[in-house]
Amino acid sequence: MTNQDLVSDIVGQFGEKVADFSEPQGLLTFTTTRESIVEILSYLYSSATLRFSFITDITGVHFPDNVGGEFAVVYHLHSFENGVRIRIKVFLPKEEPRIPTATGIYVGANWMEREAFDFYGIIFEGHPNLKRILNIDEMDYFPMRKEYPLEDATREDKIDALFGR
Amino acid sequence: MTQSHTPVAKTTSDALAMNQPIVEDREYTTLNLGPTHPATHGIFQNILQMDGDRIVSGEQTVGYIHRAFEKIAERRPFYQITTLTDRMNYCSSPINNFGWHMTVEKLLGIEVPKRAQYIRVIMMELARISDHIICNSILGVDTGAYSGFLYVFQEREKIYEIYEEVCGARLTTNMGRFGGMERDLSPTAIAKIKDLVYNSLPKVLKEFENLFNRNRIFMDRTVDVGPITGKRAMEYGFTGPNLRAAGIDYDVRIAEPYSSYEDFEFDIPVGHNGDTYDRFMVRNGEMWESIKIIRQALENLPEGPYYANEDHYYLPPKKEVYRNMEALIYHFKIVMGEIDAPVGEVYHAVEGGNGEVGFYLISDGGRTPFRLHFRRPCFIYYQAYPEMCQGGTISDAVAIMSSLNVIAGELDA
Repeated sequence: MTNQDLVSDIVGQFGEKVADFSEPQGLLTFTTTRESIVEILSYLYSSATLRFSFITDITGVHFPDNVGGEFAVVYHLHSFENGVRIRIKVFLPKEEPRIPTATGIYVGANWMEREAFDFYGIIFEGHPNLKRILNIDEMDYFPMRKEYPLEDATREDKIDALFGR
Repeated sequence: MTQSHTPVAKTTSDALAMNQPIVEDREYTTLNLGPTHPATHGIFQNILQMDGDRIVSGEQTVGYIHRAFEKIAERRPFYQITTLTDRMNYCSSPINNFGWHMTVEKLLGIEVPKRAQYIRVIMMELARISDHIICNSILGVDTGAYSGFLYVFQEREKIYEIYEEVCGARLTTNMGRFGGMERDLSPTAIAKIKDLVYNSLPKVLKEFENLFNRNRIFMDRTVDVGPITGKRAMEYGFTGPNLRAAGIDYDVRIAEPYSSYEDFEFDIPVGHNGDTYDRFMVRNGEMWESIKIIRQALENLPEGPYYANEDHYYLPPKKEVYRNMEALIYHFKIVMGEIDAPVGEVYHAVEGGNGEVGFYLISDGGRTPFRLHFRRPCFIYYQAYPEMCQGGTISDAVAIMSSLNVIAGELDA
């Protein structure tokens, strides 16, 4: 099953709802919206030809420069039978980072979505237990967002101006 | 990691007192298999609801060793991230190291020479043996058999000595560089590896198997304990020995071969029930397969360079740095981390000791990654732990956790 077959199948099924097909390093990638994501994941899971029955990973990414689509949720799926992977991206605006959950289709999405929520504050609607998973419950900011600095901002000794960067 | 929830009445009298509806007259005990417990390897908290002796459900708290690796990685030049990958699955760090190196080599388009690929395979298989030795012998300890652990750990000590010969460190190895290895396999290292896989390890493994495989007590403790079906395991996203014990033969080394794995002949042990005994047997089988692979790699080790000629990413030889202007400049730029990577997006997976270790790297053309995400197999399959413990006793819960080989460093990153 080549990437071209996948593209024609998915475009044939969903048409306008999928866009931006590309193949970075040979892995087919496309974008869709939060309204269609559950439909597309269900189709990929239950399709008799495509058989994407394995959820490899769900992550969040923060693109502060991408106005209107600051938060991305990236799904990596894998089809064991066909030996092919696929990547789906959904871009969410920062005012409303909500997206339906994938736990109805893939049970393993549970903790992956909790991690994306913990790090970025992306709300997965319909998730059975959307709490922080790796950080403490009392934390009131989302640490992986780009505006949150890695190092202690009040330090005087290791500032970029002195280190030439 | 405190859990804040409104208390739910578990008995009729409590329900009357708290003005809650009477659901069922059942008393569940809440047991905290707490963060610091000698039987949990690493720090995990499980709040178990017990119905007498049997576990009904559990709620896990993880994140005690969360070190914000993904955030740190956004600030470090690419070669400094190798030290972070060491500390994820610290029982088999070379596999994580080389997985990261291969991810970046994919992004940069570097072709690693054959000799370096074979050396990497040898080190990765040694790491897999080391990881499985820990898992299986500690499973023995948790079921009461301490002596197996002692004998087999001597082999792990020998593996540590091999690591020390190759890269200088025992546990957190930071092995390899972009484009190959930092130094060639010295004759001492080759002699030590040969002695391990031809002389000592097969004998010790045979003895270990004789102790456990058909041992009545061990089998009573592990057969039908914590089973999971292959279908359920796939829904959860299991990979590695835990998935193979459930009957599905997915191995990244066979499905998407990397670093010359296609040159080697080896089998994939697969179990039936997905219970603790099957996981133990699959790991034992994998150790024998790893020995096979290392022997094949040693016998067919090709001659040639052990690194690719990538001036921008591989440090030039030191005597060139003292004489040659370009070498000096490259050395300076690499060490100061001023080399920019090309724009791109790559996902690469390797077969770690626990399953598919994935690296999702987004580069925006700077000197550090824009986003690096580690797909950690332990994190994903630990979700299934309460379901696997259901109906078992606490001693079963401990055995199941040992057999899953949950490594805290990989769980939390």
